[in-house]
Amino acid sequence: MLLRSLGVVEERAFEGTAVGRRVFLGILGLGAVGVVTGAAVQGWLERNVAPIIGHDPTGLLALLPIGRFRIYTVTGGLPERSPDDYRLRVHGLVERELDLSFDDLLAMPSTELVRDFQCVTGWRVPKVGWKGVRLRDVLDRAGVHDDGGAVRFVSFDGAYSESLTLQQARRDDVLVAYELEGEALSSAHGGPARLYVAPMYGYKSLKWLRSIEVTRRVVPGYWERRGYDVDGWVGRSNGRDDEAT
Amino acid sequence: MTTAAIRPPEPDLERFDRVERAVHWTTAALFGVLMLTGAALYMGPISTLVGRRDLMRTVHVVAGLTLPLPFIVGLVGKWGVRLRRDLSRLSRWTHDDRSWWRRGRRASARLGKFNPGQKLNTMFLGAAAIVMLGSGVMLKWFSIVPLDWRVGATFVHDWFALGIWVAVAVHIFLATNDSIALHGMRHGTVTAKWARTKRPRWYEEETGRPADRFKQSTAGP
Repeated sequence: MLLRSLGVVEERAFEGTAVGRRVFLGILGLGAVGVVTGAAVQGWLERNVAPIIGHDPTGLLALLPIGRFRIYTVTGGLPERSPDDYRLRVHGLVERELDLSFDDLLAMPSTELVRDFQCVTGWRVPKVGWKGVRLRDVLDRAGVHDDGGAVRFVSFDGAYSESLTLQQARRDDVLVAYELEGEALSSAHGGPARLYVAPMYGYKSLKWLRSIEVTRRVVPGYWERRGYDVDGWVGRSNGRDDEAT
Repeated sequence: MTTAAIRPPEPDLERFDRVERAVHWTTAALFGVLMLTGAALYMGPISTLVGRRDLMRTVHVVAGLTLPLPFIVGLVGKWGVRLRRDLSRLSRWTHDDRSWWRRGRRASARLGKFNPGQKLNTMFLGAAAIVMLGSGVMLKWFSIVPLDWRVGATFVHDWFALGIWVAVAVHIFLATNDSIALHGMRHGTVTAKWARTKRPRWYEEETGRPADRFKQSTAGP
């Protein structure tokens, strides 16, 4: 219909009814409906189908686009940095500024967490294993001033930033993570080291952690300046009702 | 080969002209690039194997934006007469097309230039390409759309990708099982015998001769 109205397809008649055109337009419509309703449908699939995939002995179901990580970057590039070149700066309202190497992080007491990872764009990866250092331990090592009330994180991708209140930052389930599923954190997942904020949506878990700055008040991060909630609790923010992680 | 002895030799028929073949193969190549780079971006084990994520992403986006060009260029000029006519054929379903879907009646269906599977495949892949382009643009330039649409675009891009993999796999499997049909898309021509037996109505359109005229003699006692 579209092609004909543009005069592209000739009016020359072949016999038969235009079923093909209806199929074509139907699939276009399906795509459009999918964009609008996909959020709800994907949520349902992540809740109801993802657990089945984990028990599929053939592994074929793992090909389905459910329960898996998608890699997002805001710069379009994946910043690469080897553990040898990695530095983590801790500054702002602290007693002593720190400039930690990757080995310094490894030398600190480690914590492991296994939690679902929930993205604000709908996908959820069940039971992901993380290992890293509690952010609280890093902050204590630097010594937070009394007037410090929030923590700001900057990525070495050159664009991304995030922030937490000091109270959130001191939770047991907030890590500077360097292992994912028992393996060194790859660049795609934010390696060598990233933030992992277990109870919040993925955008709070900043990748490629470059620096930690203690500030007086919360400075909204990259997505928060673009409309996301600053307190990104899973299931209690951004107008979503996902099960808590 | 008694049939060859009975039948006077007939020249091959032109099935796809240069423009149609060029559009098919450039589009097929772009589809291939998109599917492979897509897999490299999306499938964990392949991602690890291939790496080069930046490069994969750039190639994927450029190939995606290029995808409609061969088709549009092939379609718009006066060189696109045959492509336009074939599209018109592909969008129509005849009475015989409908009986073709029923196993019992498939043998008696007298098909035109394309069988219903080819028609369905064209329409699905054509529409899916547009859907992928649209949802892909939303994923790439995410700041122009609301969050819920981004979620939906992710959902649509994922599931349509799966559908495209299945459709393309079936398409290639069937094409490699019919060497003459494949020859038609590679070199442009098919044998008259193929046309007469597999696409009788098209044979009649092209040659003006009835496709079944020797049926009596070959079906003798």
